Amino acid sequence: MVVLEARNLTVDIPTEDGVVHAVRNVSFSIRPGSLFGIAGESGSGKSVMTQAMMGLLPNADIRGEVRFEGRNLIGLPASEMRKLRGGRIGMIFQDPLSSLHPYYTIGSQIAEVLHAHERISPEEARARVIDMLGRVGIPSPADRYDDYPHQFSGGMRQRVMIAMALILKPALIIADEPTTALDVTVQAQIVALLDDMRRDFGTTVILITHDLGLLSSVADDVMVLYAGHRLECGKAANVFRAPAHPYTAGLLRSTPASYKPGSELAPIKGRPPSLLATPVGCVFAPRCTEALPHCATQPPPLRVYSDGVESLCWLEKGAGTTAPVPPRAKATHHAGQIEPVATVENVHLTYQVGSFFGQKRTLDVLKGVDLTIGKGETVGLVGESGCGKSTLARVIAGLTPATAGTVKVLGRDMGALDASQWREMRRQIQVVFQDPFGSLNPRRRVGSIIGDPFRLHGIASGEERKAKVRHLMEIVGLNPEHYNRFPSEFSGGQRQRIGIARALALNPALIICDEPVSALDVSIQAQVLNLLRRLQRELGLTYLFISHDLSVVRHICDRIAVMQGGKIVELATAERLFADPQHPYTRTLLAASKAPPAPTGGKDRVLAETRQVAS
Amino acid sequence: MIRFLARRIAFGAGVLLVLSAFVFFLFFVAPGDPARMIAGDKATEAQLAMVRKNLGVDRPVIAQYGTFLSRALTGDLGFSYRNQQPVAQIIARRIPATLSLVAGAALLWLAIGVPIGIMSARHPGSFRDRIGQAFILTGLSFPTFVLGMMSLYLLYFLPKQAGLTLFPPGGYKALTSNPALWAWHLLLPWSTLALTMAAVYARLTRGQMLDVMGEDYIRTARAKGLSEQRVVWKHGMRAALTPLVTQLGADIALMLGGVIVIEQVYGLQGVGALAVQAVTNQDRPIIIGVVLLGGLFIVAANIIVDLFYVLLDPRVR
Repeated sequence: MVVLEARNLTVDIPTEDGVVHAVRNVSFSIRPGSLFGIAGESGSGKSVMTQAMMGLLPNADIRGEVRFEGRNLIGLPASEMRKLRGGRIGMIFQDPLSSLHPYYTIGSQIAEVLHAHERISPEEARARVIDMLGRVGIPSPADRYDDYPHQFSGGMRQRVMIAMALILKPALIIADEPTTALDVTVQAQIVALLDDMRRDFGTTVILITHDLGLLSSVADDVMVLYAGHRLECGKAANVFRAPAHPYTAGLLRSTPASYKPGSELAPIKGRPPSLLATPVGCVFAPRCTEALPHCATQPPPLRVYSDGVESLCWLEKGAGTTAPVPPRAKATHHAGQIEPVATVENVHLTYQVGSFFGQKRTLDVLKGVDLTIGKGETVGLVGESGCGKSTLARVIAGLTPATAGTVKVLGRDMGALDASQWREMRRQIQVVFQDPFGSLNPRRRVGSIIGDPFRLHGIASGEERKAKVRHLMEIVGLNPEHYNRFPSEFSGGQRQRIGIARALALNPALIICDEPVSALDVSIQAQVLNLLRRLQRELGLTYLFISHDLSVVRHICDRIAVMQGGKIVELATAERLFADPQHPYTRTLLAASKAPPAPTGGKDRVLAETRQVAS
Repeated sequence: MIRFLARRIAFGAGVLLVLSAFVFFLFFVAPGDPARMIAGDKATEAQLAMVRKNLGVDRPVIAQYGTFLSRALTGDLGFSYRNQQPVAQIIARRIPATLSLVAGAALLWLAIGVPIGIMSARHPGSFRDRIGQAFILTGLSFPTFVLGMMSLYLLYFLPKQAGLTLFPPGGYKALTSNPALWAWHLLLPWSTLALTMAAVYARLTRGQMLDVMGEDYIRTARAKGLSEQRVVWKHGMRAALTPLVTQLGADIALMLGGVIVIEQVYGLQGVGALAVQAVTNQDRPIIIGVVLLGGLFIVAANIIVDLFYVLLDPRVR
């Protein structure tokens, strides 16, 4: 029995640069009532594939076959496809705020699904929507029917999206990164809700995500996509226990959660290929640590193993076990006296906010924060969105003055600086921002971006500046010959290196990293985390590291401050915080974050069959 | 809400006050003696002094402005230098023609421009988009007076020579006396004004719809299984409406202050034609009246557009 079966699905998208081969020759089948996970990094084709299947990409050239309830979805007339969408197949998208129409009430948006597929009176539709809203956990659904999306929190909005997808009890739900835009505790709730709904309604779920931890906890079957190719597929338990493809193994190795804190991560080297070109051999070969000589020249066969796991790879025995990485000893800090770089004492920050029609009220963002950052250490700041962690960073950087309390950096009170001291402080505190795309001026060359600090502070000019910039590029692992390139010519990970190089330029006393890796794929994230650690070791840097990702924070930080509602509720060394969390909120956070289990081997697995695949 | 409205109205009144002071004092630094204009070239100094006294222009400027302002508040804008009629009456007589022209043309340009913009935006780069773009470019680059003259020549003059009367040569007939005649006289002016404006609205709609149709909630609407018509008109157009309303408010307000070129070409006795005559005649009270009327429309339209925002966007409520 299968709900949906795809055979040799290929999706090409014509663009100005050429044809993007987003999905190539992918086949899979989904058992009824199961949760089918599709994993992959950005550009792997996971979203494009499902949207193409659903007829949501009108410009795409789609070949192959996707059978659902006895019909081939590819080439189905638009009117038939429309009946399936919403009626038999529901969809949930990543960002619930932008996915809901801002101008219509949530109730009417859900009722619209009913009206589109059934003849139903408005009263009856309303009653059914309210019932559904209640089932997905919206409190007092009857009252909230007429509220607009902006009046809901992120998690509640995603519940509304789930209600919308489920209202007609479809046979299949496609959830495309449904939890990526949400806070970690909310993520857990949404995944649990999806899982409950699947059982209650007998719905099959396709869960698309880059988060292997999430998949390992809920998926029945998984498929791993890379550059549009299906590299591995099988029962989730078997794949996570012993990944057969070196790429899957590499992804799991890149996850900081599977490491002892302080050790070096083993990232996948290089970066994903362009989708414009057609590879001769295996698409992963250039980045593969176990590549054989013919991997790059001949398309790999499909290996089918005794436990049902399939892998598109030349290796007969599957990927090797975790390559041992020598844990490089980190300069351990003496718990006793550390020279403080920054001290924050009882800092408050209060905003006056006025609504559109003039009513003023106050908003307490920081409610008495104490924190000391010692020289050479990394202090992590974790918490959910809106807890004040980025605001605290801005206060420490002197970009936002505190309403009350003192912030001292290098012994100077940030609230009482004159113009020249403030300038000096700009040198001593640098920030690495989250979005490597938005935070670099696209019209300026990388050399001048990195050289800006020298120029602004009048330190070096001409050839001397150029030499310094080249040196910095080398330190962060960029090719100094790319001095004259524009940011758009670099990938996300490389851009983050540019941001780090710029931050390093003036040898600052404190570097504030504001979610520096959360926009990056896991394999690239590991590269940047390793870089940050190496730089700290070599240059004795001090970091304030803000993140919502506990496994990242745990990996890189010496001490971690957990923030909630504008306060630090717990502050402890990384190990202690994870081993023995004191505050209930810390426990909630830890319980909610899911990391994939470390592979334990697959010694009992034998190769059952090898098939040649046409590509 | 009430407070917001009160603030906006107070601010609008302030704008009008500054505007009135500006145009009033402008005429006292401008050359030309109103007394000489009224009394004629042969008038003696004594006659001129008398005329000045009658007009009140012998008093200090500030005093004159004070009188003007206090009278204006009661709706009295003074008397025309030319024919001694009350300015308010003269302008009021001209408003129906301009209002008819603008209201009819606005409906027409929306009916043409918005669908062309949507058609263009739905299939960017397609043949239909190119047709839409060609329309936009043509409309934007055609001056209204050329289009007006051309339509008069082709649709009035040539048929007339052939013995046909398809359209009137111009002029305005009141709606209240004969609606059919009213519409017949306005058909050419409407079309001429609407064609150029439709291009502006087609371009605006196209840009807005291109943005909106790429939004996530449009994908959601499609994923719900809605028909493409509903996706475009209910979900897409609803979100693209706000900037259109802003532009429409500004355009209509500006035009109610007088559509100079069209009114001249078609001989419509509207506010714009009045303004042209007043300027030629150096009839200061009328010019001031027309400018203030235009200002009033713009201030009022801005307040109305702001109110529309609140209606349209639940997030600002």
